[in-house]
Amino acid sequence: MSVSYENSKIVFQGIKDAGVSSLSALPETWLGLLLQQAQRDSDVTLIQVAKEEEAIGIAAGAYFAGERHILLMQNHGFLAAINGVVSLALLYGIPLCMLIALRGHWGEPYPWHTRGGIVTEGVLRALNVPFEYARDPKHVGRQIREACTFAHSSLSPVALLLTRDLMEEAL
Amino acid sequence: MLYPELHDKPVVTIMGACAQELYDLGHRDNFFYLQHAMGLASSIGLGLATHLPDERVVVLDGDGSVLMNLGTFATLARYRPRNLVHVVFDNGSLLSTGGFDSHTTSGLTDLAGIARAAGIEHVAAVDSVVEFGEAAVEAFARNDLGVVVAKVAAVGPSHYGMDLHLPENAFRFKRWIASRKAAEAR
Repeated sequence: MSVSYENSKIVFQGIKDAGVSSLSALPETWLGLLLQQAQRDSDVTLIQVAKEEEAIGIAAGAYFAGERHILLMQNHGFLAAINGVVSLALLYGIPLCMLIALRGHWGEPYPWHTRGGIVTEGVLRALNVPFEYARDPKHVGRQIREACTFAHSSLSPVALLLTRDLMEEAL
Repeated sequence: MLYPELHDKPVVTIMGACAQELYDLGHRDNFFYLQHAMGLASSIGLGLATHLPDERVVVLDGDGSVLMNLGTFATLARYRPRNLVHVVFDNGSLLSTGGFDSHTTSGLTDLAGIARAAGIEHVAAVDSVVEFGEAAVEAFARNDLGVVVAKVAAVGPSHYGMDLHLPENAFRFKRWIASRKAAEAR
């Protein structure tokens, strides 16, 4: 399966339309084409992190500076960032607009992704982090804008889960 | 020694003695105390420095926290925010939790060496008050990313507590930055 170039473009346009000035990311397959576009775009600053928890701090810094920021990560990266989500974002009321590649879910052929995929929704619920699934390229731009709006109005982390339907080429 | 330099800069500290001692010297709205989420103070600093090119951002970190996020040195080296000074107070101890030795106690693990090897050009390692003052002055004057690793004694304040709620600290810190930006824009 290959990553959808068209839908990656649509997601990136959605990120830009949400009015963000910076992105943090840890590259992963589904996010690759998106990040290539971000690298070429001079309107957004891309900060690539060594581990996803750093991005929670960077997002908090961007928020304090009065800028909109989006975090791009795989769900396993989200799992690696949980203490930052809990003990920085939730504790202090810092908005996080997280776009999370939902690997290891319906249709997943790779065994190593499956455990993370199975627990992602339950972990988000346990943390009381509001989330939506992004499946349809027609709606994803609006979903990204709404995720950012809600993160900032609720001063909370929110997650938009980028699904296989959206990120991979249809058969 | 450092305190007078901090009155006009966004400052992020770690939890424990570092936060308490700064607070006790006199809290200001431009101080943000990261009372948990160990390791992320320098990441907050990177986010601030990236978006506030006209401010000089100061991070007051510690060995225990930095050891939880060593990748931060590599990320800082890669993006090299010219307006960030990252001070690491290395007391070789997890002082706030009972004084267990940290990995730097033995002298084997060298945080300044790790920062240099990560690719940060300006790294100072100091172990006296005078050297620290000189290194801090240089770092503040230099228009580049600077890391100062200061060996300090593992002693902390005799009390802990602040008359400051955590979200209140965040709100006031954000407002201080917003008011500085508004003043610059005028």
